[in-house]
Amino acid sequence: MSAQEFTLDSLKRILLEAAGMAEDVDLGGDILDTDFEDLGYESLALLETGSRIEREYGITLDDSVLTEARTPRALIDAVNAHLMSGATVA
Amino acid sequence: MTASVVVTGLGVAAPNGLGTRDFWDATRNGKNAIGRVTRFDPSGYPARLAGEVPGFVAADHLPSRLLPQTDHMTQMALAATDWALADAGVEPADLPEFDMGVVTASASGGFEFGQGELRKLWSQGSQYVSAYQSFAWFYAVNSGQISIRNGMKGPSGVVVTDQAGGLDAVAQARRQIRKGTPLIVSGGVDASICPWGWVAQLAGGRLSTSDEPDRAYLPFDREARGHVPGEGGAILIMEAADAARARGARIYGEISGYGATFDPRPGSGRAPGLRKAIELALADARAEAGDVDVVFADAAALPDLDRVEAEALTAVFGRRGVPVTAPKTMTGRLYSGAGPLDLAAALLAIEEGLIPPTVNVEPAEEYGLDLVNGAARTAEVRTGLVLARGQGGFNSAVVVRAVD
Repeated sequence: MSAQEFTLDSLKRILLEAAGMAEDVDLGGDILDTDFEDLGYESLALLETGSRIEREYGITLDDSVLTEARTPRALIDAVNAHLMSGATVA
Repeated sequence: MTASVVVTGLGVAAPNGLGTRDFWDATRNGKNAIGRVTRFDPSGYPARLAGEVPGFVAADHLPSRLLPQTDHMTQMALAATDWALADAGVEPADLPEFDMGVVTASASGGFEFGQGELRKLWSQGSQYVSAYQSFAWFYAVNSGQISIRNGMKGPSGVVVTDQAGGLDAVAQARRQIRKGTPLIVSGGVDASICPWGWVAQLAGGRLSTSDEPDRAYLPFDREARGHVPGEGGAILIMEAADAARARGARIYGEISGYGATFDPRPGSGRAPGLRKAIELALADARAEAGDVDVVFADAAALPDLDRVEAEALTAVFGRRGVPVTAPKTMTGRLYSGAGPLDLAAALLAIEEGLIPPTVNVEPAEEYGLDLVNGAARTAEVRTGLVLARGQGGFNSAVVVRAVD
């Protein structure tokens, strides 16, 4: 069984569902390495986003994943690492 | 010498008008806004009428960032704040952030949001509960969201005293301005027309169970049978009078006096506190009873409470001694939104020289009130008294005055 991949598009969709978008932010731009805070998402928005990722992908993320991932790239990598390890175990 | 505090901006979200102009047009013309509940199906409940704010679409007024984290009441409060700031000609980004504070009132918090999250908790599990439930339900959330959206870091807070709270918040805002903060956003917006909020209101035992919109909420009438709940309220921009004048602001009027009392324990035999609250507010404003041109009544529409209010008014002003009105007969009782909405109406009455009417009510003769009912009354209004009582014994009174 091949592991699902968590993509930037998936993250953007979940961010919008979880927390909407700030007025002066363009999620369509190159945001992979932009700090979540500069994108208008504070810790609670990320908590809600993490909770939705967990539900959708059937995984459990450590609290530290959400507090340490400062950018979309870091969060995507952390989620994918989790998905891969889950797939390997399975 | 205590500094004068004035109102320079109004933002209204009321059942009979979205925006100050719509509200005043409807109010001065006695337009009824009470109808059957549409926010949920009320057919299984003993009370089925409400005053709902029509046509408010949050996404038209707020960025999507705020929508998943806010209750209906907060969305209306944020929009009303935008309108009030624009009305006052204040651009918060241009002012020092610690020179602006937010003090609002709340009676119930974000019930509708909370109900949705509780439903998810029980039907889907805790992992489906929004992280935003942590604050979206909370009494202080309107103050907090207004503060964040507008970058206001001065003294802020919330007052929770049921329907009296809207006036108590304005009084607290006045205190903070007198202590040195030039501008405070104040007022109150409540909305809990959802099943959870509804059963909480029903438990209080004060709701009218009538199905006739023009017969359901009849304060000071022999047919008084409880009240109809409404949603919405008003946001007021309050400023130190000197600061407002210095920037050439339009001034609606002064918050001249405030009094608040707590009723004695039921059965104690001691007098209710409303009369004392009125007297304290008049004394604070250095006004005589004869100076008051209109009273905006609390208008509980329960015979015992109507009698207490009528007795307080006739004791202070004499029998039929002052025009009394209750425009809330058009909207229902708005809880923490009621006092600020009545303050807005009083300030607009001063501006136009017109007392808005009480609708549907045939006042009982024995109350001895000069009730402005049926149609508005033209009158020079220089000083208005607004009353609000909260369940549990809260009595508050505010005097507003024209500023030359």
